[in-house]
Amino acid sequence: MKTDVMDAAVALKGRSLWKDAWTRLLRNRAALASMIILGLIAALALFAPLVSAYAYDEINYEIVSCAPNWWPISAPCLAGGTHWFGTDAVGRDLFVRVLYGARVSLAVGFVATLVSLVIGVAYGATAGYLGGRVDALMMRLVDILYSLPFIFFVIILMVLFDRNFFLLFVAIGAVVWLTMARIVRGQTLSIKQKEFVEAARAGGVSSFGIITRHIMPNVVGPVVVYVTLTVPDVILIESFLSFLGLGIQEPLTSWGVLIADGANTMESAPWLLIFPALFMAVTLFCFNFIGDGLRDALDPRDR
Amino acid sequence: MLRYSLKRLLGAVPTLFVIVTLTFFMMRAAPGGPFDSARRLPPEIEHNVAAAYNLDKPLLTQYGIYLTKLAHGDFGPSYKNKDFTVAQLIGIGLPVSAKLGLSAMAVAIILGFLLGTWAALRQNRWQDYSVMAVAMTGITIPTFVTAPVLTLIFGIYGISLFGHDFTLPVGGWAGGKLANMILPVTVLALPQVAFIARLTRGSMIEVLRSNYIRTARAKGLPSFRIITRHALRAAILPLVSYLGPAVAGILTGSLVVEQIFGIPGVGRYFIQAALNRDYTLVMGVVICYAGLIVALNFVADVLYAILDPRVRLT
Repeated sequence: MKTDVMDAAVALKGRSLWKDAWTRLLRNRAALASMIILGLIAALALFAPLVSAYAYDEINYEIVSCAPNWWPISAPCLAGGTHWFGTDAVGRDLFVRVLYGARVSLAVGFVATLVSLVIGVAYGATAGYLGGRVDALMMRLVDILYSLPFIFFVIILMVLFDRNFFLLFVAIGAVVWLTMARIVRGQTLSIKQKEFVEAARAGGVSSFGIITRHIMPNVVGPVVVYVTLTVPDVILIESFLSFLGLGIQEPLTSWGVLIADGANTMESAPWLLIFPALFMAVTLFCFNFIGDGLRDALDPRDR
Repeated sequence: MLRYSLKRLLGAVPTLFVIVTLTFFMMRAAPGGPFDSARRLPPEIEHNVAAAYNLDKPLLTQYGIYLTKLAHGDFGPSYKNKDFTVAQLIGIGLPVSAKLGLSAMAVAIILGFLLGTWAALRQNRWQDYSVMAVAMTGITIPTFVTAPVLTLIFGIYGISLFGHDFTLPVGGWAGGKLANMILPVTVLALPQVAFIARLTRGSMIEVLRSNYIRTARAKGLPSFRIITRHALRAAILPLVSYLGPAVAGILTGSLVVEQIFGIPGVGRYFIQAALNRDYTLVMGVVICYAGLIVALNFVADVLYAILDPRVRLT
């Protein structure tokens, strides 16, 4: 008798919100393809030294600005068999540099987003849960920060503190947490009114417990969606700074730096622009598709 | 309405104050000053220079002096561009930047709105998909890629129209001639066109599903009239609140665009000034841009209230 009930429970289990959302996400072709492509790019970036025969800073003056062997248009010189994407202005292998650029761009994307996630969720959840005056004050501060021309602050920071790699993460992260805080606060405000929170409070759960155990899990949906849309934003900001010469310094590189260099030599060596730009555009596309897919998957209205 | 405006204007004061304070102390927290150079000056000259610009006083006193002057509308002299005050430099650059930015904004709003509406009316058909694909591309491809590519196509290779070959100027401003403006304005407007098109499509689809539109259809109103008289007014609302971020986006983009096309606007001053530690010029530009964003947010709020009678301004 008892085992019957248990069996039934086991059979019924496994349709949690998350599992549901995951199945829906996998059914979304664009999102699935994006995840696979992104995974590939990330894996290539991670194992860049194993994938390529060249070091990212290996200079070879014999083959300066040479096209890859398979280049369809005639080029001044060919780089040779294993330089799949050709070589740059000092004869470095472009393929490995694009992968190292991916490392930096993706790292900046993830770390800065993480910074913004931590600040934004903590700030938003606190403001939303406490409500009243504290909330008004905290959100007023966000409003003020919103009207700052932020990119200017990042530029000032980068100029003043000597293009510090670590600071780049923090500066960008500190810029993009505002929207996160707003989303989390709004969500918290509405969840706070729900019966299960009231029940928890009646049951004697502390404020901290309510925020961490009951409110935060319910905020995760919109936050996850926003995170996937923040990462491409951050990658764009980094590339923008690098383009202005305020980001990553040689010989390290990022997609922004590679694109900026490529844009200068676009006429004589278009591959130097095409490959980094392609990688970056594809990555940004993927993140956007995954974000859209997640939104559809997590939004119960559209079932 | 008047009360609300006054309240908002007063509300802008603390915002600008925070901006001034933040920028001021950030600039000063960094090592290095505007008069550091490879060649060492004799100590007394160095001292005199510092004294002339009040740089020898304690930081808080400097801050006080700056605030007092600012309250009188005096941005101070530029440290690096001798014989120019910051107000003069901004006065030279701002009209150029404003013309560029406003043109891009106008293009973005008109084009983005039309494309978005069109996509919404043809939802899930090829027109919709192609507009959205183009929009996605516009968002994901950064300005500094579109700029050189468009320059190469239209500025160097040129285009043939009606048997004539045209090439657009690849740089320079030439007092804002139309030919010089086409490329920079296009590049600057493109990402915003994309954003606005997506935004408009989303809100238009939602509005078209709403009950009052169904009622209008049931009354037998012609489609065109429903869209122009009923749907547009509601669908335009998210666009209005996007005005503020759009301006911020265009300002950011103009940094790159002015650099690439060699346009003598405020954005170029800013980057040079930041690199040179030209404190007053950096502050001037930041305050100027922040004021612009604050002002536009205000305009957006008022517009919103005019368009949406449910919103009461208090």
